[in-house]
Amino acid sequence: MFQLLMPAGLVALSERALILHALLLMMIVVVPLFILAIVIAWRYRASNTKAAYTPDWEHSPMEELIWWVIPLEIILVLGALTWTSTHQLDPYKPLDSQVKPLPVEVIALNWKWLFIYPTLGVATVNELDIPVNTPVTFAITSDAPMNSFFIPRLGGQIYAMTGMSTETHLEATETGTFMGMSANYSGDGFAGMQFKTNALSQSDFNAWLVEAKHSPLILTQSSYTMLASPSQNAPVTIYGNVAKGLYNSIINKFMTSASTTPSNNDDMAGMSM
Amino acid sequence: MNLFGRLTLTALEHGFVESIGAGVVVLGAVCTLALLLYFKKFGWLWREYITSLDAKKIGIMYLVLAAAMGLRGFIDALMMRGEQATAVGGPGFLPPDHFAQIFTAHGVIMIFFVAMPFMFGLLNLMVPLQIGARDVAFPFINSLSYWLTVMGAMLVNLSLVAGSFAATGWLAYPPLSELQYSPGVGVDYYIWALQIAGIGSLLGGINFLVTIIKMRAPGMKLMRMPIFVWTALGSMSLVVFAFPVLTVTLALLTLDRTIGTHFFTTDLGGNVMMYVNLIWAWGHPEVYILILPAFGIFSELVPVFSQKRLFGYTSMVIATLLIVFLSFMVWVHHFFTMGAGADVNAFFGIMTMVISIPTGVKIFNWLFTMFRGRIVFKTPMLWFMGFLFSFTIGGVTGVLMSIPGADFMLHNSLFLVAHFHNMIIGGVVFGFFAGVSYWFPKIFGFMLNEKLGKLVFWLWIVGFATAFLPLYALGIMGMTRRLDYVDPASGWHALLIVAGIGACIIGLAILAQIYQFYVSIRDRKLHPAGDDPWNGRTLEWAVSSPPPEYNFATIPHISERDPLWYNPDLKKIVHEKSAPIEMPEHTAMGFCIAIAAFLLGFGMIWQMWWLALLGLVAAVLLVIVYSFIDHAHA
Amino acid sequence: MHNSNANLSETKAGFGMWIYIMSDCVLFAALFATYAVLNGQTFGNATPKEIVDLPYALLETLVLLTSSFTCGLALIASQKNKKDWMLGLLFATFLLGATFVGLEAHEFSKLISEGHGPQQSAFLSSFFALVGTHGLHVSIGLLWLLILMIYVAIKGLSERGKEKLFLFSLFWHFLDIVWICIFTFVYLFGLL
Repeated sequence: MFQLLMPAGLVALSERALILHALLLMMIVVVPLFILAIVIAWRYRASNTKAAYTPDWEHSPMEELIWWVIPLEIILVLGALTWTSTHQLDPYKPLDSQVKPLPVEVIALNWKWLFIYPTLGVATVNELDIPVNTPVTFAITSDAPMNSFFIPRLGGQIYAMTGMSTETHLEATETGTFMGMSANYSGDGFAGMQFKTNALSQSDFNAWLVEAKHSPLILTQSSYTMLASPSQNAPVTIYGNVAKGLYNSIINKFMTSASTTPSNNDDMAGMSM
Repeated sequence: MNLFGRLTLTALEHGFVESIGAGVVVLGAVCTLALLLYFKKFGWLWREYITSLDAKKIGIMYLVLAAAMGLRGFIDALMMRGEQATAVGGPGFLPPDHFAQIFTAHGVIMIFFVAMPFMFGLLNLMVPLQIGARDVAFPFINSLSYWLTVMGAMLVNLSLVAGSFAATGWLAYPPLSELQYSPGVGVDYYIWALQIAGIGSLLGGINFLVTIIKMRAPGMKLMRMPIFVWTALGSMSLVVFAFPVLTVTLALLTLDRTIGTHFFTTDLGGNVMMYVNLIWAWGHPEVYILILPAFGIFSELVPVFSQKRLFGYTSMVIATLLIVFLSFMVWVHHFFTMGAGADVNAFFGIMTMVISIPTGVKIFNWLFTMFRGRIVFKTPMLWFMGFLFSFTIGGVTGVLMSIPGADFMLHNSLFLVAHFHNMIIGGVVFGFFAGVSYWFPKIFGFMLNEKLGKLVFWLWIVGFATAFLPLYALGIMGMTRRLDYVDPASGWHALLIVAGIGACIIGLAILAQIYQFYVSIRDRKLHPAGDDPWNGRTLEWAVSSPPPEYNFATIPHISERDPLWYNPDLKKIVHEKSAPIEMPEHTAMGFCIAIAAFLLGFGMIWQMWWLALLGLVAAVLLVIVYSFIDHAHA
Repeated sequence: MHNSNANLSETKAGFGMWIYIMSDCVLFAALFATYAVLNGQTFGNATPKEIVDLPYALLETLVLLTSSFTCGLALIASQKNKKDWMLGLLFATFLLGATFVGLEAHEFSKLISEGHGPQQSAFLSSFFALVGTHGLHVSIGLLWLLILMIYVAIKGLSERGKEKLFLFSLFWHFLDIVWICIFTFVYLFGLL
């Protein structure tokens, strides 16, 4: 299925519109160009001696003006569209919504995704469960090589980088299960870094949360360290309890200095994007 | 101290498929040597080619390198398409690490050891002829550049036999390329192959820049140069400004990997984003380095095959210069998704679109050269038509992805892969193929088989479309790149099979090319080229085919553009012997220095420090020795 | 082939040297950019302020600048065909250049022995890379100079020799300019 043409989220919807509008604008130049190419190639083939032949005609300010200016105009329009859409679709920009955002922390590992829900106290591996029509604020990092957090039907991707925190906002507009992946090669198990995103109705989400909290697994520093060791095709796992501040500690461990003096770099703002 | 560094016999252990690759390399080397011995051609090869400082010979050697490495890069492509067409639900016939080495090697080989040598080959063959010169500015450095490039290629090939190659993607982003995640020799092979070949390219850039500025025939002002020479000038300027950035970036990565510095590590302050910026500050100009000469080739052949003057020469020059300038202002579009913020992303997105304007101008100028001409659709012109459609599609998809919001959906997907192959195959490769079909008669003195040429073209077009148009669709279906297997539920498998078939059709096209060369060589006495088989307009068509070693017996005076078209006397003048001519003598120095560089690279890769030092000292000593011999040239 | 100083830049070799220098400029620009980005990443180890020894750097600067001066005088001497003066001035250039390299090597080894080596933080990596690459260029220049002096001593002061000296001096003065930038952005700014 053409996922990019079937948005199930606010951001993906805007991005689809952008793609289609841009393509249409470019057709203004490209379609006449192709037609012209075919017509000229056919009409002026050497065997067609009826066609005019002006071997020294090599300059015409009028014509040149047309094909400098018309593409320039198209680019001006596209440029304006680029400026506004880039700001509107900036991943760091929170979504317009009356609903209180749900924060989710995303950690790319070798070779799986860990999702921590800091306000809910649960965590999942290789499955993301979110309520529909609710903005979700993602803070994203990696404890592995560079990855890219991407759920095509919900919105655009953003890199997951070690020792740094990137951010994006997504909101599902319909319930369903959507494919998620890493869009930046990170090693042997890369192809297996797919995860399901379940957009659930509020009541289904609440039910899921209750279920999740019943999980006996607890995500502590040490169980995290075990989880982080390289593995492929990790099964979906749910942790009913999560140590506070785990996400920040994952980022901070790259901020520690070699010497024994305490690091002054506790301020996350310095390294966040 | 361990004499063999970290080289042990385990380096020769490979999986099944890898062993076949290693076997092919070894077999290829052995067969080549054996054939040379059997036909007693060693002496001939050494005298006529290896030690030659004649730009035309060096040009031919560059084309041979490009062809040989092109075959290897294509086999890599077949294996990738084969893997993706067959591996469903789990890893296929290629283990994931091996698949990663293949896609890394494919990119590295195609850019550094096929496209760049192809370009330098055509420049060597045609720039001196087009500007009325006898050779390039620094013939010895020309030879050195070639052999350094060859040694880089040899390192990449050697990685198939001993050790492994990088498994990081062709730009080797950290932290994946740092010691922590790539502890083996693969990334080191990558670094040294590119570093050595990169020096060769930089020297070549300086060489051709000086050649074009300083060695034009009297009367050939800049605005009387063929457009191919203008685009070469633009491309070489880009080489001079871009390649040092690659040198620095690779050197910093090397320092991280050998002495433990922290430029791009995850700890102690290393900055991965710095690498991404630096490598693309080189990487974007690199693609313009490749495409500009291809544009130049079209500017040469479209007027000739339309039998009409090039439309809009001045705006072609302006468009070329704009493209050169702008190519340094767009690099962030390769990583909009790294989170630079809306202002930065929007700026670079808009700059990227702006580049499409001078590019579009060129396309319209070519079309209007054809307008009211008398177009002959020989093979070179067919390549132009193929380029026109395919490059434009690539341009559209490129402008689309230059909008950050759209790029967030398409980055690193197969849509991206289809786009850049559209530009590189549909633009660069088609352009260079057109150049070969156009200039082959001049260089070798006989015509290429025209019917087979047309067959080759159509097979390439059909193969290319079948292999890459499905990839656009797959990108829209959400498929990301570099996957070694796909999920059956994704629905991607069918189109991957189609793409695989497309790759096979391209394989047929390549076989047809080889057959075309065989038939043309076999029938060469039946189709001599003569000086000017196409009724050309520029200086190269005045001399004989093949040209004499010194190109022009008398260097003509030029008084306009398209000199041959408007001054038929030139054909006589260039053949008249006047003053005695001194051409550079042969030397093995370039070859030897490159061997020393190879030893340096090999030693550094395997941590055989004594060998690295030996290579370095040998290279330095050879340069010093050479500098003491007084030559008429450099 | 008669070349006066004025049109030595216009020969193929002279022009080629200028183009090479432009490429070397880009090389240093990339290193400066890396230094600028990684400047603050000290990670508990030394900060720029702590490793900069301004009087020492000033001494290095004076030594290098003087060597450029003697090199310029050597070029004038070669123009006037005064081979002995030229060789003497080139030798002075060599000594001064070698002193610069020695001073810098001492600065580096002191930093390393005090635990501020290039492996200790990204800032230190970038410091050593930038300053060290310049030092490497100077060292290569010294080797070039040595070979040049031997060439002239053996083959006499020919047109070819004068051209070689000219090309060398372009390189040597260029290294001066790069050093001025390093002195400003690394040492002077480091104290701010």
